[in-house]
Amino acid sequence: MNVAETPFEFFTVAYLTRIGNQSAGNLEELLAGLEQCSDASIFHHTYQTLSSHHFLTEGFSNDFAQWALAEANRDALAEQFAALDIRDYTSIAALRSDLCRVLRDFITAFPQFGRQEALDRFYFCESLEVTMPFALTATNLDEFRDGVATISHASFHFHFVTSRLRLQFRTNDFSHWLAGSLGLDSLAENINHIDIYTNTLDSARAKMLRLVDRERRKYEHDANPS
Amino acid sequence: MSTMQIPAKIPLDDYSSVIGEGEVAELRTLARPLAGRSVVMINSTAVGGGVAEILNRLVPLAEELGINIRWEVMTGGEDFFEVTKSFHNALHGAPYHPDPRHFEIFRAYNEKNARRLPLDAEFMVIHDPQPAGLISYREKNANHWVWRCHIDLSHPHPAVWNFLENYVPHYDAAIFSSPEFAKQLPIPQYLFHPAIDPLSEKNRDLPPEFILDVLARYGIDHLRPILTQISRFDRLKDPVGVIRAYRIVRRYFDCQLVLAGGGASDDPEGATVLKEAQHAAEGDPDIKLLELPAWAPLEVNALQRASTIVIQKSLREGFGLTVSEALWKKKPVVASAVGGIPTQIIHKHTGLLAHSVEGTAYQIRFLLSHPDIAGRLGERGHQHVKENFLITQNLKRYLTLFLKLGQSC
Repeated sequence: MNVAETPFEFFTVAYLTRIGNQSAGNLEELLAGLEQCSDASIFHHTYQTLSSHHFLTEGFSNDFAQWALAEANRDALAEQFAALDIRDYTSIAALRSDLCRVLRDFITAFPQFGRQEALDRFYFCESLEVTMPFALTATNLDEFRDGVATISHASFHFHFVTSRLRLQFRTNDFSHWLAGSLGLDSLAENINHIDIYTNTLDSARAKMLRLVDRERRKYEHDANPS
Repeated sequence: MSTMQIPAKIPLDDYSSVIGEGEVAELRTLARPLAGRSVVMINSTAVGGGVAEILNRLVPLAEELGINIRWEVMTGGEDFFEVTKSFHNALHGAPYHPDPRHFEIFRAYNEKNARRLPLDAEFMVIHDPQPAGLISYREKNANHWVWRCHIDLSHPHPAVWNFLENYVPHYDAAIFSSPEFAKQLPIPQYLFHPAIDPLSEKNRDLPPEFILDVLARYGIDHLRPILTQISRFDRLKDPVGVIRAYRIVRRYFDCQLVLAGGGASDDPEGATVLKEAQHAAEGDPDIKLLELPAWAPLEVNALQRASTIVIQKSLREGFGLTVSEALWKKKPVVASAVGGIPTQIIHKHTGLLAHSVEGTAYQIRFLLSHPDIAGRLGERGHQHVKENFLITQNLKRYLTLFLKLGQSC
């Protein structure tokens, strides 16, 4: 079994939700808010909400889509917001730009809805992050498997989803280490393909562990071919 | 002696079976840098009410994590609590006639309490308006002060809010239960959801025979659908509206309605509301109006678990933790879209929201006709509570807040 020179270090993360000063009662106000709010706010309403609502795998992907659907009654806009996949982004600036584009295009196409009052206002909030080492490291696939099976939801989400913003690559911490430190490119790629929108954090983790176990069986088979 | 002695401690490891070992390990990791550091929580009541219920659980858990935490209760005479009750109602938007004596009484009791309470902990958390004036006795920049407001401040009476505004901006931060309740303040404002304890008597699993026994005691038929609302007999909980919704449902389904709650024996308005509900329920033996004692956690637990559908048809609501209690028990919930309820009930995902008597009745009929959908909503509601509204999450938020405040100095 390969041993990594650089161990994988598991981190945990906690977020404090800060209530912002902005809110929106219609689509035009939402656009103004999206243009002006902090990066921590865009993060909160997309990445962080996916974590806190991971168990909703049918049609709940970010707060903007949910508000457009439930409060502004604009199904088509909700679909467009929901179609933005956070795995496609390595920066908040790019995600913000697409959120604004979707909304601006909608308001241009349907100006009559721009100032129509929503049932309830959208309140912009921010996620303030605290990260800390979990006192758990892995240098081989067995230790890695044990670590992934042990960590909290927040830690799994931190390494698997929000990592793109730190790495600035379209991959995650797990795949990045498996490929870079253990040379397991194929496993890394398969893990990176696990869909975080149609899986809960638990089922995504279970799929990942199955892929890791399959790789471990290959090792065992190669070591004992008979 | 006002330092609260916590009677029964539940070890943190017991929560592993509910939330998983990883989540408990995470709490221990986050708490490590806070070990030995001091926290004082101050509120105005030792028993009864959601705040005392939360502190009863939160304080021992934080203590187990090595935090030097104390829970203190401020003291006051009848005059003080009459004033703060009127402030409470006014902050909820009730009519209020400003009286300078009220403000004097408030200041005097805060000063008295400041002389006897320890105000020198590294982190001071002051709950609700009653002790908010203690901030005046803070030694300048000596420690971190946070005001935790549990009530709905979305439509406060200006006279009372203006008075409180003399104090709140002097805190380092304020915490609210919903972004809607936040105010324009020069200090950071954070969002903390209230929480339930999955291992408390009100929420833990119960043997089926105990549930059947409770139903038999109150003359409820376990073989027919049971619709339940657990709430004080209070107009803002709209018990008569619930009865009207039930009567519409009854045209289509042979079901029963249980309205259970306290507040009628020690609250003149509660007694009036109970009478109104009794009048509205007249002639229907399938409507059970149960006046429970102020603290009957096992009965409430059993009634919620026995329910086919849980209703929360409030007209105004702070957060409405009875919704989380029902969702935790995997019950489909039909509730009004007011206050903190839409945070718990994500329409069509974790329950159904309604805006009227007719809408409430329709959603109940829909769920009685589609038990499979009702089951799915209950299951997802349970997940939602597990992820966001358990006491362990509340503890995690406090740990994160203390870590952030600690970093800022």
